[in-house]
Amino acid sequence: MTRFTFNVNGSDTQVDAPDDMPLLWVLRDLMGLTGSKYGCGIGQCGACTVHLNGEPIRSCLLPVSQIAGQSITTIEGLAQANELHALQEAWIAKDVAQCGYCQSGQIMSAAALLCRNAQPSDADIDVAMAGNYCRCGTYIRIREAIHAAALSVDATAKTGAQS
Amino acid sequence: MTPKNKTALASSISGQTSRRDFLKVTGLVGGGLALAAAAPGWAQDTKKLVGGGDFNAYVQIRPDGRIVIYSGSPEMGQGIKTSLPMIVAEEMGADWDDVIVEQTSEVDTDRYGRQSTGGSYTVYLNWQMMREMGATAREMLISAAAIVMELPREELRAEDSRVRHLLSDRSRSFAELASLAQEQPMPAKADLQFRDREDYRILGTSKSQVDSLQIVMGQGDFGIDTRVPNMLYGSYVKCPAVGGKLVNANIADLKALPGIVDAYKVEGNGDVRELLDGVGIVGTSTWAVFEARKMLNATWDERNANKDSWSAFTAFANQQGNVGAEVLHEQGDVDSALEDPDNTVISSFYEYPYLTHLCLEPMNCTAHYRPGKNGGKDHLEVWLPTQSGPRFQTLAKQRYGLEKDQLTIHVKRMGGSFGRRTSGEYICEAIELSKLSGQPVKLTWSREDSMRHDYFREGGFCRLRGAMTKDGKLAAWEEHTIGTAVNGKPSRWTGVHPSTFPIATSAHARGSLTTYPMDTPSGPWRAPFSNTHAFVSQCFINELAEAGSRDHVELLIEMMGEPRWLEPKTFRAMNTERAIGVIKLAAEKGGWGRVMPAGRGLGIAFYFCHAAHVAELAEVSVDDQGKVTVHKVTAAVDVGPIINRSGALNQVQGSIIDGYSAMAGQKITMEDGRIQQTNLDRYPVLRIDAAPEVDVHFIESDYDPTGLGEPALPPLAAAVANAMYAATGRRVRSMPLLDAGYRV
Ligand code: FES
Ligand code: FES
Repeated sequence: MTRFTFNVNGSDTQVDAPDDMPLLWVLRDLMGLTGSKYGCGIGQCGACTVHLNGEPIRSCLLPVSQIAGQSITTIEGLAQANELHALQEAWIAKDVAQCGYCQSGQIMSAAALLCRNAQPSDADIDVAMAGNYCRCGTYIRIREAIHAAALSVDATAKTGAQS
Repeated sequence: MTPKNKTALASSISGQTSRRDFLKVTGLVGGGLALAAAAPGWAQDTKKLVGGGDFNAYVQIRPDGRIVIYSGSPEMGQGIKTSLPMIVAEEMGADWDDVIVEQTSEVDTDRYGRQSTGGSYTVYLNWQMMREMGATAREMLISAAAIVMELPREELRAEDSRVRHLLSDRSRSFAELASLAQEQPMPAKADLQFRDREDYRILGTSKSQVDSLQIVMGQGDFGIDTRVPNMLYGSYVKCPAVGGKLVNANIADLKALPGIVDAYKVEGNGDVRELLDGVGIVGTSTWAVFEARKMLNATWDERNANKDSWSAFTAFANQQGNVGAEVLHEQGDVDSALEDPDNTVISSFYEYPYLTHLCLEPMNCTAHYRPGKNGGKDHLEVWLPTQSGPRFQTLAKQRYGLEKDQLTIHVKRMGGSFGRRTSGEYICEAIELSKLSGQPVKLTWSREDSMRHDYFREGGFCRLRGAMTKDGKLAAWEEHTIGTAVNGKPSRWTGVHPSTFPIATSAHARGSLTTYPMDTPSGPWRAPFSNTHAFVSQCFINELAEAGSRDHVELLIEMMGEPRWLEPKTFRAMNTERAIGVIKLAAEKGGWGRVMPAGRGLGIAFYFCHAAHVAELAEVSVDDQGKVTVHKVTAAVDVGPIINRSGALNQVQGSIIDGYSAMAGQKITMEDGRIQQTNLDRYPVLRIDAAPEVDVHFIESDYDPTGLGEPALPPLAAAVANAMYAATGRRVRSMPLLDAGYRV
């Protein structure tokens, strides 16, 4: 057991955990942040995707010892000050989810994509989202929602620049 | 989205209250129309009203104007928690924005009705009752308004959560009327009238599912997210070959591992759907118990364990001829047609693999077993992802002797189910660990557990034979399924079904079965039986069309014959007119008959199951390297009127993508009783880049609506295989494509 300090969703956090415990289980079982999901445990499904310093990672494979002092964002921390992220709004508007289990991971992967590429093409989406499996087959709407969110962010930015 | 909406979203998520709190709150303020809760006669009345149907959910109007509609059926991604309340809200005249949907937190079939979901039955079985619930509430509100406004009932109409006077602009809100309304007499069924389809304001529109906000915020109510005070995390290890008995295990070693609270040897009752022998481990995190498993050293007595071999089954099947050991169905004179030298006779052999359910949320259950104190009764509380709460009640009674009043059941949202979460073993294992540890335990199956210990879509084989006349008409149809038998009994998910197309429409048809003993548990997997039968039968129709030099679409339409129901007195039967409708529509919208460039082709397939008529047309290309691209699938679907357009589209899109995912890469094999694919690294799934465009067209015929969770899946594989043939001239007679040397 070691005490680790890192930042989760904007708050500095201390957790006592075994060095090799993956971040996913630290979040879910030790911190009660159950939005990140366990799907495969081997980095193949993407349900556990969170951001490490803004980059999407599979939290089921990342030992907690490797994140000391760094910043994690989970699905619970994506909305800012009671305002949903543009992707979350698009996900609701497009009614993307079926069972919903994969969607935290889908949204986190998409959020990281939009951060580095404000107007992703279909091919960009294919690459960025390839690690996120959806058993319910919601890929068509995931693609639509990412495009819609990109447009709405773009529109907001333009309006903001004018005012 | 406006800031106002944002606030509303935020408050609606934080404002979610449990049903009990909710009743308490409304009780305090003393208002509210609460059908069932406030009117004990309701459930019985409704039973009479619907001639033995069940009561499923109820309506409550809060003094603040919010309308709570309860959802009694489990949600697993099929959208039922949104679509059923839409029916109630429509009849009631509610404004959808005023509606809050709450999952019933108890299982009580006397009060809520069936409370199980599966077989794409839920819309079909609840449609009439949901309408009656909504209409009853509406009539009581109108009665109250007639009193308050001193107007005749006939001049009043309920819409947008208000009762309006048709001849003036006077109106009263539901909230104002609620407490008087609940004292009004409940109308008799004979007096209930339902809205005309032309007047619908909610049904047929698109509503985002009621839990969308929770889901995108990571707050979906999944069983695997359950956390209760003093809870331990559990894991349960069984013999990798189903049925192995536990002889020995290094329990003491496990107990000494970090984060482990206790470990147990558990003796099962030998029933794979209840409790098999295993090693139970409880600890302070899921990770701790998963890690401890790696240190487990167990010996199993496998003398009576599963010894299944897929390769042996395959070898057996390959030796089978045209007619099976048992002829299960025969109509007309098949042999004469097959022997007629003027007819063209062809025969083909098809293969489909075992599949696992692969619900993305692994199997799990949280249980808290409290022994009765001082002679009191035991009590069991479960947090349970299940398709059927009532089935669990039966299990609890039969296995543990627990009556309903000794159970508290929280039915949780399921991260996919597809027929999987209907059995009891993951529940019994959690209960066992809670009993042994004396604490609440959340049992989580690893992905490997979930794939190894599934009730698989069983694999099998089919030899088909058909005869075409000189002028290209179907003269005879024959199918011989080589399926599985458990303990000598043919599996429920294999066989011959005379009501299926094309046996049902053929003058001369024969179906036979040969079984091979397999102990690997099998169960329903999204559109069971249909998902394999559609592949073999609708591919073979394409082969027959070619043998008879016929256009596939023309042949399909001809095979349907006169407009008629194929079984009398049930609109759940296949109707040849509805079938022709979807075939023609898919062909038209998908551009059937277009000249395609080299390496690209169109394929079509029709199938009827779960009361749904569905035709799908696939546009596919295959390049020189064998890389398959499904560009587009056009689907034509007749399930009657659409309830939630968005949800319905999502089900069709999802079924097509899921069907292609299975077709493209998925195959479970077993040797020596051991499942050989236990995680995604050996079980390829479809990714977003390979998902086709899907174009969906509904024929909203005037029959009552039926379910859509399954029936859009079966035709997909045949449509794609037929298109691949058109593109390449090579038949696809086995799945998955990766096994046959294709890339996706
Ligand atoms: S759980 Fe991490 S990738 Fe599947
Ligand atoms: S919505 Fe069910 S797995 Fe993606």
